[in-house]
Amino acid sequence: MTENREQFRPADHPTDHFLLTTVVGSYPKPKWLNRAEDIHADEEYDFTDEHLHEAHDDAARVITNEHERAGLDAVVDGEMRRNEMVEFFAHRIDGYEFNGPVKVWGHNYFDKPSVVDEVAYDEPWLVDEFEFTTGVADRPVKVPITGPYTLANWSFNEAYEDEEALAYDLADLVNEEVEKLVEAGARYIQIDEPALATTPDDHAIVGECLEHIVDGIDDDVRIGLHVCYGDYSRVYPEINEFPIDEFDVELCNGDYEQIEVFADGEFEPDLALGVVDAHTAEVEPVEEIKENIKRGFEVVPPEKLTVSPDCGLKLLPREIAYGKMENMVKATREIEAELDAGEIEIGYAGTAAPADD
Amino acid sequence: MTELVATTPGLFPLPDWAKEELSDLKGHQKSDLVSGDEGAAIADAYDQVRTELVETQTDAGLDRVTEGQGRWDDMLAHPLAVHDAVETRGIVRYYDNNNFYREPVVTGDLTPSGDVAAELDAAAALVDGGLQTTLPGPYTLSDLATDEHYGDEFLEAVAEFLAAEVDAFPDHETLFLLEPSLVETAPANGVDERASAALDTVAAATDAEVVVQPVYGAVEEKTYAHLMDADVDAIGFDLVADHEQNVYNAQEYGTTDSVSLGVVDGQNTLVESPETVRERFAWFDGQIAAEFDTAYLTANTELFYLPVNKATAKVEALAAATELEEVEA
Repeated sequence: MTENREQFRPADHPTDHFLLTTVVGSYPKPKWLNRAEDIHADEEYDFTDEHLHEAHDDAARVITNEHERAGLDAVVDGEMRRNEMVEFFAHRIDGYEFNGPVKVWGHNYFDKPSVVDEVAYDEPWLVDEFEFTTGVADRPVKVPITGPYTLANWSFNEAYEDEEALAYDLADLVNEEVEKLVEAGARYIQIDEPALATTPDDHAIVGECLEHIVDGIDDDVRIGLHVCYGDYSRVYPEINEFPIDEFDVELCNGDYEQIEVFADGEFEPDLALGVVDAHTAEVEPVEEIKENIKRGFEVVPPEKLTVSPDCGLKLLPREIAYGKMENMVKATREIEAELDAGEIEIGYAGTAAPADD
Repeated sequence: MTELVATTPGLFPLPDWAKEELSDLKGHQKSDLVSGDEGAAIADAYDQVRTELVETQTDAGLDRVTEGQGRWDDMLAHPLAVHDAVETRGIVRYYDNNNFYREPVVTGDLTPSGDVAAELDAAAALVDGGLQTTLPGPYTLSDLATDEHYGDEFLEAVAEFLAAEVDAFPDHETLFLLEPSLVETAPANGVDERASAALDTVAAATDAEVVVQPVYGAVEEKTYAHLMDADVDAIGFDLVADHEQNVYNAQEYGTTDSVSLGVVDGQNTLVESPETVRERFAWFDGQIAAEFDTAYLTANTELFYLPVNKATAKVEALAAATELEEVEA
């Protein structure tokens, strides 16, 4: 177990066992916020930057509270201020330029930026966001950051010898940002690297990026890595060497077919297990989620298990997203009570082979 | 003296207004993509897109002008994705890119559809001369698709289908057959020979010059040797992604009388100067003893990966490169 997870146990936590509940980060924006962003972009309306800032504050307050109402132990503001996971950061990093939208599929586009000069740190990216969220939250706040490998891989590289060199420079900037966030009080950082799923052979580059990111960061600060929608057998067991406290995976979507990849008894970091699907618009019943949580014990013991959705929830209808979080927390609290009562057999691979079901 | 011909593989990015208008007209989900029987408003938008894409190429001064393939939502899988005997299922990754297309599943006979021919008829009316047509090569199209109908002869069936499509094309100067799968999913023993024969089937359907263009690198030696047996006028070399292996193949196994050189990066916004384009040609030319009849100078990939301004700038660089006085490598 990594030592820094106990700081997230609520003072009034009812059970001895504690499975940390959290989310990956993104959450559906309230309709009115989308509307406010549209109006802000339209010159016909007198809707200023200040007005939009106020709307973002309001939305962050509402969604942070929504996470708390669901009962999560570590909350996020739902990334209310962010548009897209690469664009948002590229706008804040010197060396990037934007040339217009490019196709992802069908009529789905994103403003893929170009790196035209050496990247440099200008002003803090997320410190204001964190300070605001932590100011309105009663629970600890997790900060998701798009990882340097993804920032490099999902950009056009005009300036660097290769993508690897760019990724390491970006990793140094992420390190600078994490330092500032920690100074501001952040204790839970999640690095999102979805691009690793598309090019898993680059796991060593991601590992090296993480070394840059955690350089000089205190052990009290919990560092997670989120990788989704890929073939995990191509990055495991290599991730055991990564300097992370937690590896966050999406396995519910694939009915846990890939859980065996990790069940070798050697899984090093804590496991943050996706237990609700981020791409089905039905709320899973508590009983079903409890079974999903138990799958985690095939890999790690309870003290190393974090519970979260597969991925960001932003594409779901808001009430479905909320329902999933609420049931996820209920399921977790019931599992904890059953663990206390000795009613759950832990078949985790570290002590014994998991029961064959 | 080698004739230099500036061209592209086609598949241009949609103009930004069309990205918005068509996504409003069609929607964002996979069921909303082109089906081959679009309504009038969508057809009008694509007519306008075609006109603009042809203008971009003509204004730049390209020697060959493509239809632009703005309608190809599923990229090179398009000719099957709109076919009646094909079901489109989930969204799958397009090679090693952060791009996706609908998986086309062939469930019946691939009868001639005339879909691409209809686009080309419309383009032909806009182009004075030098119309270039673009299709996926048969190996690539069969690799992008799933077969639930033909069995062992699927590759040959796809080749016959493409040949029938080409048969309905209006007069054209050049046919580009894009074969990224020859690089990315190298054909197994025996299949490489069939891939080459499948190219013959398609090439036989046109009187135009036929260029087969591997994409994303170089084909394996054995694949290349079989490719040299194909009855095509030019084999392509992606000098951006892998110039060394490509020049090795050409030195070791010879080349067709004409060649097509991917000298401009279709996946990076850094715009090459016309001089750089010429240097890349001269570099390749200098390594090969034979003199080429024609060297097509092209982007190494389709252009839809780029934002519009950069795609246009690259087309202009290609066109300008063929106008330069000869340069030394």
